[in-house]
Amino acid sequence: MNYEPTYRIFPLGDAAITIDFGSIIDEQINKKILAGFHQLQKDPLPAMIEAVPAYSSLTVYYDLAVLKKIIPGEKILYDWMKEQLEKRDPASWDENNQPARIVKVPVCYENEFAPDIAQLASYNNIGVEEVIALHVSASYRVYMLGFLPGFAYMGPVKEHIQMPRKLRPAKVAAGSVGIAGNQTGIYPLASPGGWHIIGRTPLRLFDAGKQDPTLLKAGDTVQFYSIATHEFENY
Amino acid sequence: MNLRIIKSGVLDTVQDMGRYGSRYLGINPGGAMDKYAARIANSLVMNEPDAAVIEFHFPASAVFFEQPALIAVSGADFSPYVNGEPVPSLQPILLSKYSILQFERVIKGARGYLGIYGGMNIQPWLNSYSANLKIGIDGYLGKPLQANDEIGIQTVDAFTALLNTKEFIVLPWKADASWDNTANEEIKILPGPEWDRLDRNSQTKLLNESFTINNQSDRMGYQLSGPPLIQQSNDEMISSAVTFGTVQLLPDGQLIILMADHQATGGYPRIANVISAHHSRLAQARPGEKFQFVLSNQQEAEELFLKQENHLGHLRNACRFRLEQLLGSF
Repeated sequence: MNYEPTYRIFPLGDAAITIDFGSIIDEQINKKILAGFHQLQKDPLPAMIEAVPAYSSLTVYYDLAVLKKIIPGEKILYDWMKEQLEKRDPASWDENNQPARIVKVPVCYENEFAPDIAQLASYNNIGVEEVIALHVSASYRVYMLGFLPGFAYMGPVKEHIQMPRKLRPAKVAAGSVGIAGNQTGIYPLASPGGWHIIGRTPLRLFDAGKQDPTLLKAGDTVQFYSIATHEFENY
Repeated sequence: MNLRIIKSGVLDTVQDMGRYGSRYLGINPGGAMDKYAARIANSLVMNEPDAAVIEFHFPASAVFFEQPALIAVSGADFSPYVNGEPVPSLQPILLSKYSILQFERVIKGARGYLGIYGGMNIQPWLNSYSANLKIGIDGYLGKPLQANDEIGIQTVDAFTALLNTKEFIVLPWKADASWDNTANEEIKILPGPEWDRLDRNSQTKLLNESFTINNQSDRMGYQLSGPPLIQQSNDEMISSAVTFGTVQLLPDGQLIILMADHQATGGYPRIANVISAHHSRLAQARPGEKFQFVLSNQQEAEELFLKQENHLGHLRNACRFRLEQLLGSF
């Protein structure tokens, strides 16, 4: 499929600027975003503090005081940043040649770790075994990290295991694997959360003591595989 | 050579200007709620703006100093006392060894800052001294300060010489923290990326009615009570970046303003953003306080921020000049 390289650039407050390629979950668009992100990591915009890639958007946070020293005068600093971003030719951002890193993630889908799996199965009129089979049958792209440190937004999950998020967040244990809509994700830390929990991984998704604290990065490919309770406990 | 917490406060943490460069990993920047006030505290004791400070809420910790120290208190006025005597905020104070700093009652504001000459001897995490209580950082950046915690600080011989036999000296200059003549109950905002999701009537309500900060408010965000606002579109949002001051519309029509410990990304409509120059006044607002949103624009927001920066710059230079003169004479 060919995608029109259309985007919108808008401010996020007075010290951040966002470029958005359409507010949708789409692999090609997300690849563009990551390409732009990697370019900015290597060659930051003037006064840039950091850049944050999301599903279809990339946000650049900048330092107004530093920027003012670079461009004195009356010009609105946001307008200047917008020009700088446009000069990076976002329409040409492309990362199709970048091979994805594959990360295999063991998940125990047994009841004690999967408080919502039965409900998700019955919502979709399928059996619990089918939910597991469908969840492990696909590889998932990590579109972005956010919400919690190391929380990876992944997808898309197959139609028969989709379910809208809960109306009220519930307590979720660290390592819990959940589904919300057509997304799947893993909670790196214990937290309130609205996703339906269908299993738990013994892997540590976030470790503040490590140089590289998150197991997953945007652009990775994740493959889940099922493990038994005793494997989980002895992992 | 330490300071020691001798009585725990309700939520006192080590903070700085925030942790940047890791937001793409979902690690939020955190940092002082009132960065303006934290920088004033650092200026008064001749620190760099991003030196570690203690952010305190009321009831606040009582702090014991093992060695002479130069300190300053800024932000909220919680009626500071040294060794039982009242001392002013916004002035540098030289303390002799064995001094105790305490806070008696809330006079104004929501959180105060303690700046200490030379900063604090703490291991930074990802280049920052901002505590993050939820993610398992070792040491003082992973927990609130508690009784018996000890943090290394600096002393210099000049302090002892200046103090001579005195218990403490309040240095005779005061930081002027006021720079903004916007009315106190006004918070200026810029339209957010999803501003257009509000119907016309709700946009009017947002700008004409007042909102109250309710009790479910903390370092992550302020929940507001006000007229319910209506979205014209119920399309599902996908997650994208947010920032300090982002005003999100919740499904029940109420608003939340994201504060220092906000998540790195969010999925609720971002209908507005509080201008940077008003983050400080927001950080000092307490539950129960009312305010009104006033629509600003990019140019005004930038100008106000730069005005605030200028004020801080002058203040920093003036403080440095005075202190260098004083300490240099020894």
